[in-house]
Amino acid sequence: MNRFDYRRPSTLAEALSLATDPAVRYLAGGTNLIDLMKEDVERPLSLVDVNHLPLGNIEDTVEGGLKIGALVPNADLARAARITQRYPLLSSALLAGASPQLRNAATTGGNLLQRTRCYYFYDVATPCNKREPGSGCQAIGGLTRQHAILGASEHCIATHPSDMCVALAALQAVVHVESARGSRTIAFEDFHRLPGDTPERDSNLEPGELVTAVELPAESFDIHYSYLKLRDRQSYAFALVSVAAALRLEDGIVAEARLALGGVAHKPWRDREAEKQVLGQAPGREAFGRVADTILAGARGQGDNDFKIPLARRAIVRALDQAARAAPQRQVEKRIS
Amino acid sequence: MSTINTTINGKSEAIQDVDPSTPLLWVLRDHLGLVGTKYGCGIAQCGACTVHIDGSPVRSCSTPVSAAQGKSVTTIEGLAVNVGALTAVQQAWVEHDVPQCGYCQAGQIMSATALLKANPNPSDADIDAAMSGNFCRCGTYPRIRAAIHSAAKAQRGEKA
Amino acid sequence: MKEMKSQTLQAQEGRNAGFGTALSRVDGAAKVTGQAKYAAEFTRPDLLFGVVYTARIAKGKIKRIDTSRALAMDGVVDVLTHENSPRVTHFDLKLKDMSAPTVGHPFRALDSDDILYPGQPIALVVAETLEIARAAARLVDVDYEWQDFETDLKRATPFVPKVPGVGERKPKSRGKAEAAFASSPVQITGDYHLMPEHHNPMELFASTVFCEDDGRLTIYDKTQGVKNSHCYICNAMGFKRAKVRVLSPFVGGAFGSALRPQYQLWLAALAAKKLERSVRVVMTRQEMFGHGYRPECYNRIQLGADDQGHLKAIINSAVTGTSSYENYTESIVSWGGMLYQCDNAKLDYQIARVDTATPCNMRAPGGATGTNMFEIAMDELAYASNVDPLELRLRNYAERHQLKDRDYTSKALRDCYQRGARKFGWEKRSPEPRSMREGHELIGWGMATGVWDAMMAPTSVRATLHADGSLEVGTATADIGPGTYTMMTQIASDATGIPVERITAKLGDSDLPFAPVEGGSATAASAGTAVQKACHALMKQVLEQANQLENSPLSGARMEDVDLVGGRIQLSENPAQGMSFSEVFTAAGLDSLEAKKFGRPRMTRKARNTHSAVFVEVRVDEEVGMARVTRVVNAVAAGRIINPKTARSQIIGGVVFGIGMALEEESLADHRIGRWMNHNLAEYHVPVNADVPDIDVIFVEEEDHEASPIGVKGVGEIGVCGTAAAIANALFHATGKRLRDLPITIDKLVTD
Repeated sequence: MNRFDYRRPSTLAEALSLATDPAVRYLAGGTNLIDLMKEDVERPLSLVDVNHLPLGNIEDTVEGGLKIGALVPNADLARAARITQRYPLLSSALLAGASPQLRNAATTGGNLLQRTRCYYFYDVATPCNKREPGSGCQAIGGLTRQHAILGASEHCIATHPSDMCVALAALQAVVHVESARGSRTIAFEDFHRLPGDTPERDSNLEPGELVTAVELPAESFDIHYSYLKLRDRQSYAFALVSVAAALRLEDGIVAEARLALGGVAHKPWRDREAEKQVLGQAPGREAFGRVADTILAGARGQGDNDFKIPLARRAIVRALDQAARAAPQRQVEKRIS
Repeated sequence: MSTINTTINGKSEAIQDVDPSTPLLWVLRDHLGLVGTKYGCGIAQCGACTVHIDGSPVRSCSTPVSAAQGKSVTTIEGLAVNVGALTAVQQAWVEHDVPQCGYCQAGQIMSATALLKANPNPSDADIDAAMSGNFCRCGTYPRIRAAIHSAAKAQRGEKA
Repeated sequence: MKEMKSQTLQAQEGRNAGFGTALSRVDGAAKVTGQAKYAAEFTRPDLLFGVVYTARIAKGKIKRIDTSRALAMDGVVDVLTHENSPRVTHFDLKLKDMSAPTVGHPFRALDSDDILYPGQPIALVVAETLEIARAAARLVDVDYEWQDFETDLKRATPFVPKVPGVGERKPKSRGKAEAAFASSPVQITGDYHLMPEHHNPMELFASTVFCEDDGRLTIYDKTQGVKNSHCYICNAMGFKRAKVRVLSPFVGGAFGSALRPQYQLWLAALAAKKLERSVRVVMTRQEMFGHGYRPECYNRIQLGADDQGHLKAIINSAVTGTSSYENYTESIVSWGGMLYQCDNAKLDYQIARVDTATPCNMRAPGGATGTNMFEIAMDELAYASNVDPLELRLRNYAERHQLKDRDYTSKALRDCYQRGARKFGWEKRSPEPRSMREGHELIGWGMATGVWDAMMAPTSVRATLHADGSLEVGTATADIGPGTYTMMTQIASDATGIPVERITAKLGDSDLPFAPVEGGSATAASAGTAVQKACHALMKQVLEQANQLENSPLSGARMEDVDLVGGRIQLSENPAQGMSFSEVFTAAGLDSLEAKKFGRPRMTRKARNTHSAVFVEVRVDEEVGMARVTRVVNAVAAGRIINPKTARSQIIGGVVFGIGMALEEESLADHRIGRWMNHNLAEYHVPVNADVPDIDVIFVEEEDHEASPIGVKGVGEIGVCGTAAAIANALFHATGKRLRDLPITIDKLVTD
C-alpha cells in the first residue's frame, strides 16, 4: 500500500472539485478499493471519502421507477421494501453476492465499479494490461477458469464479478453521474465496457466523475424473474456463470424478455437480438435453448473455462424456466428450484 | 492525523493522532490493545475481523477508522454488557463446544449476534446464508448452527 | 506400569471429570470473549514490525537488490537481505527440526542470493509501525536472474527416495501382483489425481521476539511445538538455549503447517539479533501460500478380484511432489496395502522435484491422499464385481495388518461399518447409479473406509500440587484446536479426584517439560499418558506424606487401598477415614509437591491404527452441475475417547477437510511462470458454512491399553481419511460419472 492523502468533503461540489486527476479516487464502502490498495493494484495518491454526501436515499421517480442513491448499502438495498416488492430480481442478485458484512459496507455506486477478480490482475508480479496498458495479458494461455467466454480481446479476458450489475443490466437501469463539468446519465449497457484494446478502462466514466445514483425504470418484472448463480461452492464465491432472467407474460405468451449473464464477460452480457427470439412464443425449454444458442454462438473458451459454455447454456435455460414458472431461485436455498 | 471520537464497547474514546484512513482493525488491536478481533487476511475475505458499527456487522480490516466517527463500535470484548458475563450467543458457543482453535470465533460470534438481532428465529438455510462469510478452518460449522439455534431459543425465552 | 484403578467418578456438572466425560472446553470462555491471545497479540512499547518481501520468480538468483529507497523512508529501521544479515549456523543438521525431512537442506531465509521457490522471502523491512514497513516494502527493487524451473509435477522426473545408510524407502510388496492381476476375472485400472492444497489456518503465521533487558529472548511463536521452535532457532542463530523462551499459549489452527518452524520465526529472530530490538513478523495471507503444503499426487491403482469381489491383486504406484532442496515423502500406497486381505500387492512410491517450497504435512499427510484414492478404486471394484460397496469391504476385511503382517492392538472396524451403515440407512440404498432421486435432484450414497496411525511419542509432564489443593499439570505441547488444555485437565482430574476448576493445564512454553510437536493425532495419547503418570506419582507422594504423619488416618494405607475424591484421600473401605490434600500439606509443613514423569509408548510388535467407516449422501442438480453434501455419518474406532465433545469436534473438523478435498480445494499454479496464482481466500476455496451439513459422529470404543497406556489413539486426522472418497463415490452413485480427479468441481460434472 502506498502513502496517500485522505480527504472527507461534506458537500458534493467539494468532492467533485477534489477529484482533479486519475490519481484521486473516491472512497465509499471500500470493500474493493481498499483491498486493491493493499494488494498494491490500485495506488491512488489521494482518497476522497464520499460517505458523508447526501446520496443515501431511495426515491420514487415520476416515471414510476426508483432512483437509488449511490451510497445506499447493498444490504439495505436488498432489504428495502420497494425493492423486494417491485424489483425482487435486484434484491435476489444482491443477496447472492458477498456476505452480510460486506453487503453492509458495499454501496450501490461501489458495486458498479468493482474490478475483476482475475488472478493476474490481482498479482502485481504478473503483467496485466488492465493494470499497466501494454504490459501484456498473462491470463491468456494461463489459468483461465474465471475468465471470459464472450467479448474478450487479445488484450484482456477478464470478467466483471458483480451480481448486482447483472440484475441492473436486465432491468435496463440508468446510471447518474456528476462531475465538476456537470451531470449526465449513462444507459446501463453503456456503462461498462468491453476490453477491446483499452482494458485499463472498466467503464465509460470519465476521470473525476462520481456515480450519484442508479435509476430503475418502471418495468419491474416482479413475478417472472430469477437470479441464478453457479459457483465453486454453495456460498460466498464469485459467479462462474450467473443469469438474471426476467419475463413478462401476457396470456401465457412472452411479451418481454430480459436476459443478462454474469461471470462470462468484461461486462454483464446482454444480447437483445437473442431476447427478441423468444417474444411471441410460449415459454418452454426448447425456445429457451434457442435463445441460449444464439447468445453463445460467439462464445470462445480460453482452455480452463471451456466448461462455461455448456454451463452457461444450461444456466440460461434453467433460469428462464424458473422465471417462466414464477419459481425464482431463493438465495438462501441450496436446492436449485 | 486526526482525532476520531467514537464509542468503543460503551466507552467514549478519543483516538488521537491517527490517520483517519487507518483500518479500524489496526486501531482496535494496536492502538487500543483490543486483540479479540482478529486479522486473518486483511482484505475482507475471511470474516475474522468482524465488529459491529452501530449494531451492523462490518469487516474492520477494510473499514477506515474515520467510519467510526460519531458511531458506536462493539467488539467481542464488549459484547457482554457486564464484565465476566456471557451473552446468550457466547454461552451457547461454550455449551456446544463451538470453538476449537478459537481464532475465527470472535468474528463468528459477532456475525451470529447480528443475525439473531435481525432474525430471532433463523432456519438452517438462513444461518448458512448469513454466516458463510466467516471462514472456520477447524470446521466448527455444524456446531455454529446448533449454537445459534440454542441462543435463539434462549433469547426468545424458551428452553434450549 | 501397573494400572491405577479407575478414578472415574460421577461427573457432577463436569466437576470431577473422568474419561468419557463431555467436559466443556476449559478455554472456551476465553475464546468466546476475545481473551485468548495468539502469537501476534503480545506487545510491548518499542516493538518493531517486519514485513517480508518475497521473490517474484520461481527459481534463480537475486542479481541485484536495491533497498535504498525503502531505507530512506522515515520510520524504517533496517532492511535485511542476504547481503547484510547476521551469519547463521553453518550446519544443516542443526536446522533439521523435529519434522524436517531426513534428506535435504533445510531452507535458510536471507542466506544467499539463491531463489529456490516462488514466494521465497528475500528481504525483511523493519520499521516503527506496520504501515511504514508495508509501504517501504513496496520500494524494494530487485533484478532477477531466471533459471529453468518446473512446477508441474507431471513433467517432473520421479525417483525412489533413498535415505543415506538405509537405502531406498520402498513400501513392502508381497506375492506376485502383476500375474495375479492379469489372471483376475475382474480388473479395474484407474489413474487418480489430487491437486495440491494449502493448510490456510485462520491465524496467520506470526512470531514476536522480545529482547529482555537481561539479554534473554522471549519469543511468541505460532508453532505446533515450542521445543521444536526453541531448539531450531537457538541452533540457527547461535542463541544460548537457557536464555531463550518460546511461548505459544494459543494457536489459531495449523493442521500441520506449524510442525516445522516457518520462515517468519527465522526472520524475526534474525532481525532481533541484528538490531538488538524486539521485532514482530506476521505473514500475509498471500504469504501463507508460499510455505509448505499438501503436495499434488498422481496415483495409479489397479485392483484384481475374483467374481465375488475378493481381492487377488493390488498394484499401486504413486508420485508426490517435493522441493528441489529437501526430500519430502508421504505414505501414499501403504494404506491400500495394509487394509484389505490380498495375497498379492505391488506397491511403488516415488517423489519428483518441483520448484516449490518443501511440502509440509497437512492433516493426515499421505493418508488423506492415499486412503481416499484407494477407496474410490474399491468403489469401482464394487461396481465391476457387482457387489455392494460396503459388502465388498467386509468380504476383503483383514484382521491383521497386511503390510506388516501383524495383529492390531485393536481394530473395531467391523463395528464401525455396522453401526455407521445402520445410522445412515445404507440398507435402503438402491445400488444402480442414478436410481435415487428427489424431485429433480439426483441422490447419491457413497461410503469408504478410513484408516490412520495411532501414534504416541515420549512426553514429559510435571504435576504440581499446592497446599490449597490446586493442581498444575504442564508440558511443552500445543493446543492448536483439539482441546489439549481440556484433555490434560480432564485426565488430571481423573487421576487425582481434584475438581476440574481447581486444575490448571499449562502448555506452549519451552520452559515446561519436554513434549514433541503436536501432530500425528498423537498428543492425547502422549501428553495424556504422561499427565496420568505424573499425577499418579504425585498422589503416591501425598499418600506417603500422609502415611508418615503422627496418628495418620491413612497410616499403612497403600495406593490400592485408597480413593481420591474431590481433593481428599480416603480409605476405600472407610471413606470417613481420610484427609484432604490441604490437611496433609499443613500437617507435613509443605507448600507443594511435585512429580515429573515421562509417558512412553508400550513396546509392542502389533500395529496401532484408528479406523472409520464414512457414509455420505450427496444431492446433485445435474443440469447445472451443482452438487452438495447433505448427510454424513462417520463411525470411528479410536480406542478410548477422553472427551466425546471435543473428540466429536475433531472428527467433524476432519470431515470438513474431506469435503474441501473432494469438492473445492486446489492450489492453482501457472506453470509457465512457476507461481501459485489463487493465493487468497476468495480464490482458494475452503469449505464455508453452507457447504457443510450436520455430521453424525459415532464412536466405537475400543479397550486397548497397548495402543497407549491410557487406551487413547487420537482423533485429529482420521476424520479426513475416507471422507473425500465417500463423497466421490456418492457422486458416482448419483450421476453415474466416475471422477478420479480431485477436487470434483462443477466443470467436471457438466462436461464429459
